[in-house]
Amino acid sequence: MAIAPAATEVNLETQFPGAVTADTRKNYSGYLVTPDKLVEVAQTLRDQAGYVYLSSATAVDYFEEGKLEMVYHLYRMEGGPALVLKSQTARDQAVLPSLVSVFPGADFQEREAWDLYGIRFTGHPNLKRILMWEGFAGHPMRKDWKEAYYEEEGKPFEKRWPEGNVYRAEQNNPFGHNVTYPAGFTVEGWTPEADKALYAGMEKVPETDDSIKTDQIVVNLGPQHPSTHGVFRMVVTLDGETIVELQPVMGYLHRNHEKIGERNTYIMNMPFTDRLDYISSMSNNLGYAITVEKLMGIKPPERAEYIRVMMAELTRITNHLWAIGFLLNDLGAFFTPALYAIEERELILDIFEATAGSRMMCNYLRFGGVARDLPAGMLELARELVFERLPRKIDELDAYLTENEIIRSRCIGVGVLTSEDAIAYSMAGPVLRASGVPYDVRRAEPYSIYDRLDFNVAVRYNGDVYDRYLIRIDEIRESLKILQQVIRDMPGGEIQTGKPQYQVRVPAGESYGRVENPKGELGYYVVSNGKPNPYRYHIRAPSFINLTALGKMCQGHKVADVVVILGSIDIVLGETDR
Amino acid sequence: MTVQEKPVSDIPIPDEMQPNVFVTTLDKIYNWSRRSSCWPMMFGLACCAIEMICTAASRYDLSRFGMEVMRPSARQADLMIVSGTVTKKMVPQIVRLYNQMPEPKYVLSMGACASGGGPFKEGYNVVSGIDKYIPVDVYVPGCPPTPQALLHGLMTLQKKIDGQSILTVPWYRSGPSEPVPVPILGPDIIDPRQAPLLRKLAAQAAQPVPVETKE
Repeated sequence: MAIAPAATEVNLETQFPGAVTADTRKNYSGYLVTPDKLVEVAQTLRDQAGYVYLSSATAVDYFEEGKLEMVYHLYRMEGGPALVLKSQTARDQAVLPSLVSVFPGADFQEREAWDLYGIRFTGHPNLKRILMWEGFAGHPMRKDWKEAYYEEEGKPFEKRWPEGNVYRAEQNNPFGHNVTYPAGFTVEGWTPEADKALYAGMEKVPETDDSIKTDQIVVNLGPQHPSTHGVFRMVVTLDGETIVELQPVMGYLHRNHEKIGERNTYIMNMPFTDRLDYISSMSNNLGYAITVEKLMGIKPPERAEYIRVMMAELTRITNHLWAIGFLLNDLGAFFTPALYAIEERELILDIFEATAGSRMMCNYLRFGGVARDLPAGMLELARELVFERLPRKIDELDAYLTENEIIRSRCIGVGVLTSEDAIAYSMAGPVLRASGVPYDVRRAEPYSIYDRLDFNVAVRYNGDVYDRYLIRIDEIRESLKILQQVIRDMPGGEIQTGKPQYQVRVPAGESYGRVENPKGELGYYVVSNGKPNPYRYHIRAPSFINLTALGKMCQGHKVADVVVILGSIDIVLGETDR
Repeated sequence: MTVQEKPVSDIPIPDEMQPNVFVTTLDKIYNWSRRSSCWPMMFGLACCAIEMICTAASRYDLSRFGMEVMRPSARQADLMIVSGTVTKKMVPQIVRLYNQMPEPKYVLSMGACASGGGPFKEGYNVVSGIDKYIPVDVYVPGCPPTPQALLHGLMTLQKKIDGQSILTVPWYRSGPSEPVPVPILGPDIIDPRQAPLLRKLAAQAAQPVPVETKE
């Protein structure tokens, strides 16, 4: 266990006089740190106060004040609330020190902030664009950057509503496409940057010695590749079959969730959260609902809490079944094991469809409750599934797979991640727990009714692919345990606090809500300025941050193992790229 | 094809051969074999890909249509199911894959995003529909379309194939077919086919600010 011994409280304001001040803005929390002391403060917190886990690092554009702000959420592995650090820099000269040296998990998140906000991080080892391509004009999440189909700052658009003017967004764009060219652009004068910068770092001159000379080659896996779980790309430097270096390249499904989210009203974002991690839409809903409820200061009624937990845990089962099925796919057992997993998943999807109206994109939760009550007979259906069928089927899956010779030899000892590395790289969810860190948001900072439920945090200690497979089986069993309690104790009563509202009133302030999603810790950072649209809407996506350590996990393994290691992290591109 | 389908009467068939010989048109047999072995490319973009996988799985069973053989290589595929949001960063690869597919080839646009941008249309990295770049044969609505909807889309594609004739299909015309120009990633996505328009707009606007579409 890598928990820092005897974490002591550090009074930042007295230890760093003048450099650290408490954030006194209304409904804000944490500390404002001057950029020159940021690394030092982070280091002190990590080494002396036990804040070893950087959960989220994101930028906010305070356009009126001419400031860009980086917000860091730090946690202790023993649990408890976050310590929030903030550091501001001028918009026109946005430079901040990089925290990668203290928290390697900041790597991708800082690259994202550079890509979308144009904050230059000094000391970052690899500050390239991550979601957009090199050569893209501008930093799109800045408040003064307007997309091609830009209409108004926030929905509902006055031009369209309530009169109901219908027109196609294409009509407002001179090209008819979703395209803006910067001033002075000509096709002839453009040379595409392509992947020059990416390859430049990877093409290494092979070491020459007297032994047999080998050449290292750079190979692309993806974005169109059957085993990359979507449009994900890995650029690998190979020495024969062995991975020397691996760089994940993403953004092929970057669909501007956050920019669209800032135009939407609060409730409009609910269906968009479905499309983040599209395997587990119900728990995405839960994370967003909790975040905004925190800001609004409301709580859902008891029955709604139970329904929410029931849906979230059913989602966890569907996700883990899917992950296990497709891990086997990646191991070469093409589709047959996945068929067994999908068969059970379909039965759970039936519950979702009957309850929410859609198989995958449920859009079921609302602020202060759920959209509609469980349909008649649903609990009986769920009871049959949770008490009878699923435990049997999980045992069956376990019996077929766990002791399988091929699975054991392909998975044991492959893609090992130590607990220290797992924490440092901000890994979350099953990947973190398979590395021997019993950290689960449901226990560390309980939300909803999890503090009242009896379940264990599954943990395994080897940190390899096999343990990541086993921990998913463990978690399905724990989820079934939770579900059995929830279905047994499901109370009656209201499902919504107050009247359902289409336009919720959210007071100004910031809020960071996080839930234990099947793939890891899903966090939402929402900043409200009292208007109907969120001022900032950021998602801490576990799939995205879990990829930070992919390169490290793959080093020294064979090409065929890369596919398996990626499968064991269990990413979903909708969430990775947002 | 059923036995009831009438043989063309002016072709003489000996009486003893009657139960063994079927006479039909070349188009019919050609279309029948193509419609029943339309291999899709194993190519998932986003959420819709999950429903595509579910369609191929046991409950919906794509193999009833002879379509379960998903090919990871574009060279072996007949059908591209564009299953998800098409982003500007991804569209060059999609066009390249389309160009790599051998003819006859079909494109099925699955879901709202692939058909017209869907909920993400306004996004700065989102292409408002794959048909801006490559020709689409069947559009399937939904977000995501249920497996049933996808199956209906595939059956619609089969109908389309049934209606085609060797005499008129584009891939038997003389000369090679033109590949779709691959978009270029510039300051924004560049469709090479739009270069003349871009030039015209640049000329219209006064120098030194040729095209200014940003507010």
